[in-house]
Amino acid sequence: MGKLLMLMLEGTFTSLRIFFLTLLFSLPLGLVVAKGRMSRHRIISSLVNGYIMIMRGTPLILQLIFVYFAPYYIFGSSTDRFTAVIIAYAINYAAYFAEIYRGGIQSIPQGQLEAASVLGFTKVHTFTHVIMPQVVKRIMPAMGNEVITLVKDTALAQTIGVAELFRVAQNAAAREFSTMPIFIAGIFYFVMNAIVSKSFDLIERKLDYYR
Amino acid sequence: MAVITVDHVRKSFSSLEVLKDISFALETGEVLSIIGPSGSGKSTLLRCITNLEQVDSGTISIGGDTLVHTDDQGITQYADKHTVARIRLRVGLVFQNFNLFPHFSVMRNITEAQMHVLKTPKDEAQDIASDLLRKMGLPEKADAYPFQLSGGQQQRVSIARALALKPQVLCFDEPTSALDPELTGEILAVIKKLATEHMTMMVVTHEMAFARDISNRVIFMDDGLIVEEGTPEAVFSNTKNERTKRFLSRF
Repeated sequence: MGKLLMLMLEGTFTSLRIFFLTLLFSLPLGLVVAKGRMSRHRIISSLVNGYIMIMRGTPLILQLIFVYFAPYYIFGSSTDRFTAVIIAYAINYAAYFAEIYRGGIQSIPQGQLEAASVLGFTKVHTFTHVIMPQVVKRIMPAMGNEVITLVKDTALAQTIGVAELFRVAQNAAAREFSTMPIFIAGIFYFVMNAIVSKSFDLIERKLDYYR
Repeated sequence: MAVITVDHVRKSFSSLEVLKDISFALETGEVLSIIGPSGSGKSTLLRCITNLEQVDSGTISIGGDTLVHTDDQGITQYADKHTVARIRLRVGLVFQNFNLFPHFSVMRNITEAQMHVLKTPKDEAQDIASDLLRKMGLPEKADAYPFQLSGGQQQRVSIARALALKPQVLCFDEPTSALDPELTGEILAVIKKLATEHMTMMVVTHEMAFARDISNRVIFMDDGLIVEEGTPEAVFSNTKNERTKRFLSRF
């Protein structure tokens, strides 16, 4: 039992690495994608829109397989499995985050931009000090949803053979002819998401000082 | 001396001509009211002067510098970015719906532009803000957030925010239209007080009694044109113009 728990903690560690690295890359990338989607240049905005359509319109598991195997067929060499997972997840989640950002940015009243303009704020200052702080507050509930989904999506990494939590649990279950490890994994995911939910609650409460 | 001159300004939104050949000058120390029915182009005119909208043709000069100019060949050109940035700070604008920054305290709403744009040191900016808040009758609201204030208080903060940049002209775009009648009075009192201090102001308003009371000059606009221009007495009491009469008869 002790050995099983050790293995599952190792698997959890892998899941957490996927989780945090995906956020690290997809959160800023999403902002770039959102900017592209809102671009006044038709070509840029339709290219980015196409990208978002593909990312949201096909299964993540398929994208994962594609990112891992496509370089092999094209260049004859493949990236390591873990890197492929991070790339696939980052570009997939960036698409979802981008749409959330876009919704948030477009929900800020035009008057905020006009006030900033009349006061002589630069475009950058307006974006970083006027728009984004208000966007962050507005998108928190939607972001919470997405981040919770990401915790559970880490389980898909096993498709290309990364030994994350769920893979470890399944292996143990097969070895011991018992579904117990799977249930334990379920508890692990639940606890991780409880922490995510609590964190988002906390952030939302911190941002509650204004309306 | 004219602080703002507007010469043959035209502006269309697609096929709708909103300003049709507008010319006037605003003198230093003057309070000018612009009245007229909705859709007559009053607000658009203010927005062109504050550079929130770009004119199609015509000349606008502010404080001796040209913001936009149409030459003899009919080519309309705006000043370069730096000049525009410099000129736009000479004109403050108070919006109909305040447009305070909701995530900033009252104090920061007033200090942000001073510090970011004028590079005023923080303590100096805060001193200026405190003085303005006292003048607006809100000395105790420095740490409040906009949502905690009444509409009238929010509008007074937004006036303080505009004044903090020490503009040569302060423009008001229907400053009381979003307020219920009880709160209207406090804003009008503030504007009146500024008028006694010889602040140069341009006020787009539907408050006829107020326009009559505080203005040195009144412009009546209709359908993108200046129909009549004159002293409050001339426009409100002795107008010969049929259109002006018809408009004023409703008040």
